[in-house]
Formats: sequence, C-alpha cells, structure tokens
Amino acid sequence: MKTIKEINEKIKKGEAVVLTADEIVELKKTSNTKKLAEEIDVVTTGTFGPMCSSGVFLNFGHSKQKIKIGGGKVYLNGVVAYSGLAAVDVYFGATSLPENDPRNTEYPGEFKYGGGHVIEELVSGKEIELEIFAYGTDCYPKKYLKTKITINDINEAILFNPRNCYQNYNVAVNLSDKTIYTYMGILKPRLGNANYCSAGQLSPLLKDPYLKTIGFGTKIFLAGGIGYVGWWGTQYNPGVKRRENGVPMTPGATLALIGDLKQMKSEFLKGASLTGYGTSLIVGVGIPIPILDEKILEWVSIPDEEIFAPIVDYSYDYPNSTGKVIDFVNYKQLKSGKIKIMGKDVPTGSLSSYKKAKEIAEILKNWLKSGEFLLTEPVFYFPGPESGYKFKPMKEV
Amino acid sequence: MEKKFVMHFPPVLVDKPIISTIVRKYDLEFNILKAFVSPEEEGTLVIELKGEEENLNKAIEEVKNKGVSIQPIESDIKMVKERCTDCSVCIGLCPTGALYMSENYEVKFEPEKCIACGLCIKGCPTKAMVTTI
Repeated sequence: MKTIKEINEKIKKGEAVVLTADEIVELKKTSNTKKLAEEIDVVTTGTFGPMCSSGVFLNFGHSKQKIKIGGGKVYLNGVVAYSGLAAVDVYFGATSLPENDPRNTEYPGEFKYGGGHVIEELVSGKEIELEIFAYGTDCYPKKYLKTKITINDINEAILFNPRNCYQNYNVAVNLSDKTIYTYMGILKPRLGNANYCSAGQLSPLLKDPYLKTIGFGTKIFLAGGIGYVGWWGTQYNPGVKRRENGVPMTPGATLALIGDLKQMKSEFLKGASLTGYGTSLIVGVGIPIPILDEKILEWVSIPDEEIFAPIVDYSYDYPNSTGKVIDFVNYKQLKSGKIKIMGKDVPTGSLSSYKKAKEIAEILKNWLKSGEFLLTEPVFYFPGPESGYKFKPMKEV
Repeated sequence: MEKKFVMHFPPVLVDKPIISTIVRKYDLEFNILKAFVSPEEEGTLVIELKGEEENLNKAIEEVKNKGVSIQPIESDIKMVKERCTDCSVCIGLCPTGALYMSENYEVKFEPEKCIACGLCIKGCPTKAMVTTI
C-alpha cells in the first residue's frame, strides 16, 4: 500500500502523519483500520529498562611511548574492561565490576558501582581514570599507564549491545518462604510482589511481532542519539508460541543495537545496581514502525489488554529451567498495580519505566515530524517463525 | 505531638484491646499504617499516634508495661527525584503504599505513610531512595 520511500518523501516535506503507539491504540478503538492505514505513515515505540547485555567499544588512541592493552589488564574507574582486542581498543560491558567488589560474599551484595555506572559517567562527560597493565613488546614497550580521559578525548566510542529490546518478558514472583534477590529485582516471599519489565503496548517488538519492518540497518532512537539495528539479538527465539494476534506468549525476538556513544545522553543511559544480582545499564530505545499496510496497522494497535506475559517463579522454576509458567497476565492488569495469582492479590512493580518509554516515543515522533529523521529500509530481514531458528540451552557434558 | 511507632504484641496480648484503651484514656488520635499477625500469632502494628506530649508519653509507658515492645520510627527516608527513572519497582516492595504511581506514570513518595522499612533503598536500581540517618 505504501513504501518506505514514499513515507520518506512525506517526512522530508514535513507532511508525514506520525503517532506514538499509545496514541494509535486509543485511535484504533473508534476508527476504521483501512482508513487509519491510509492516513498514518509512522508509529513510534519506546522502551527504557535495564539491559545487561549492553556495552561499549572504545579506542583511546596511542600514548607517546606505545602500550598494548591486548593480553594485559585494563580498568576504567577501577572497573574491569575486556582487553582481548588490539593495542588500544577495549570492550566494556554493563555488568563488569571492580576486582575488589565483595559481590555476594556479603549477601545480598550491593553492587554499588560497575560498568553501567562508568558508561553513564562517560556519556555525561565526566572524567574517567584509565589504568593499563601491559607485558611490553618491542613495538609497544610501555608496561604501565594511568591517565584520565573524557569521552571527548578518545577516538571511537561505540555503544554495541548484543541483546536489547526483548519482545515480551517474564513476570517474576517468589513462591518460597524467603526473600530472593534477582535481576528482576527484590522478590518478597510467598507471592509478596510481582515484577515485570516491558513497556507493553509501547514496546518496539510487541508492535511488530513478526519483525516485518525491523531488520538489519533499521535506524532507531538509541539513548538520545541515532542508532541502528546491527543484527538480531542474542537468544533470539522467533519460534515461541504466539497468541492469535501474533504476539509471543513468552520472551521471543531480541535485537542487537549499535550507535555512536558521543551522540547519546546520560538521561537515556543509566547505570543500575540490582541488589544481590549485579550492575546493569538502563537503555532508552525507540523504533519507528512504518505503516506499510493494514496488517501492520493492526499490529501496532494491539492494546495492553491483548498482550500477555508469563508469570514465573524465580525461587525454583527459573533457576532450574523447569519451563513452568504459573499463569499468564496482561499488561493492562500489570500496569494497574495489582494482579491476582493463585487466588492472592499481588502488588506489581516494573523495572522498565513507562514514563520514560512514552517520552522516547514522543521525541522520536517529533524527529520524524520535523523531517530530521528519515526511515531506512532493512538491508535484510531476520529469521521468522518458519525458519526453525531457536534459542538452545547450553550443552553440558 | 505526632509520632510513628512499631509495636510487637506477644501471642498472649494479641486479642487484648490495648490500643483502644490508651486512645480513650489519653485522648489520642491514631492511624494504623500496617497490621498483621504472624503464623506464630505474634502481632505487629505500625501506628501513628497524635496527642498532648505528656499524654502520649504516658500512653507509651502503659503499653510497655503491658508487655508490648515498642519502637519509635526515627529514620527518615527520602526520594532523590533526579535519580528516579519512574520505573515503579519500589512500589511493589513498599508495604504501606507510601510509594505509588501517579496518573501520569510518575513515581511519588508520601513520607507520612513511610515506616522506614528500607526495602525501597535496597530495591531501587538507580539509588533514588536514601536514608538520612
């Protein structure tokens, strides 16, 4: 019905009709699908939640007397970075910790400061201490270096997150008699609370359940700057069971994202400490969905009450991979603050900020309306349910 | 004078009208913030009492003498809004509804309802909840 090229022409002229996913959900309740699909050009989505599989590639440039980080040890504000690359390239992940962090030896560990926090400080322009221990070679003789850098002093700073934007996620509860500390937050005993982590009807991959518009090279809002979808994400699982509307019943697709850290803003990239679990990075992502036909319009209009998430026990079933699901609950119920599980009223909490997700969808909408953000046609599309591609468990011998 | 207390009632006292007695006798206003009885039948009550200082002190003394353990809530928990991302993970943890979601999905804190249990401090991923003690 419409092509991305045609939509881009309208964006350039400042004539594109753009709505957020929240707005289309409301509008669809009273309007005709065919008419809406003709009138609306793009729907924007947003999400803002902790995504542990996030990190940055950094290149520091060479010191006067050269030093080779590769094979040595390297720290940013005392937090360990990965040194298995070339002389002055590192990868630095959100969950990395200082070597002397007590971790869970003082249970539950506080995990006050880790990779996610350093990344937030780097983005906000703060000075970061860089310390390098090298073994020295003829061409890279220096063996030790300590200096201070800011994001403006270094060469490339690239956010590359192997897995973000989970399409749907578990609602975590605790059926045991003691409090547990998980990546889904603190879970009080005997169904004391239920934690979820999705923006529901605003979440990118729930609005394009078969990834018909999102693929390699899709241009996105990434933490306040421009980013791209750089591959399908790790643990990508398109073959999971779906409801009639196409939405996966359990965690399904994921995305690998890439973008220039220097364009990003710390308000959309925040370090996180999860008591008893570790550190993480909260990442703001917004993905535009072009309304190419009526089917896509129907998908972007799926409301919270038609998106269901599985309730999983994190005291036994999750750690032991039993695959057991207690029940399913929809995002309207989750966002109401209370759900019923096994006959009990349980208060809910979300790790993902709906307010920030709305803000991101709104910013992306304004970028599109002002003509400064054009859509990209994916270079290729990711494997679908028919491909047989699935997320396998680890082989243990 | 207005003060919050946590009271622990041993099983033998759980069915006694202790609070209503002191409230009448010492002319106090009360607001029960949280109350439960454990499987071992020990009662816990988080209560706010308001009245003349002298009367309040006498009431506390009387409660103590009856065998109830009583601790005033002194610590002060605060929300540092600049660090809050409005995620709401604290809301499910808060036992008294002191943390709640506003209509525009903003996390709000009502210190009057807070019993300083500290769960929100441990549970906040961005350390937006802090104690001043």
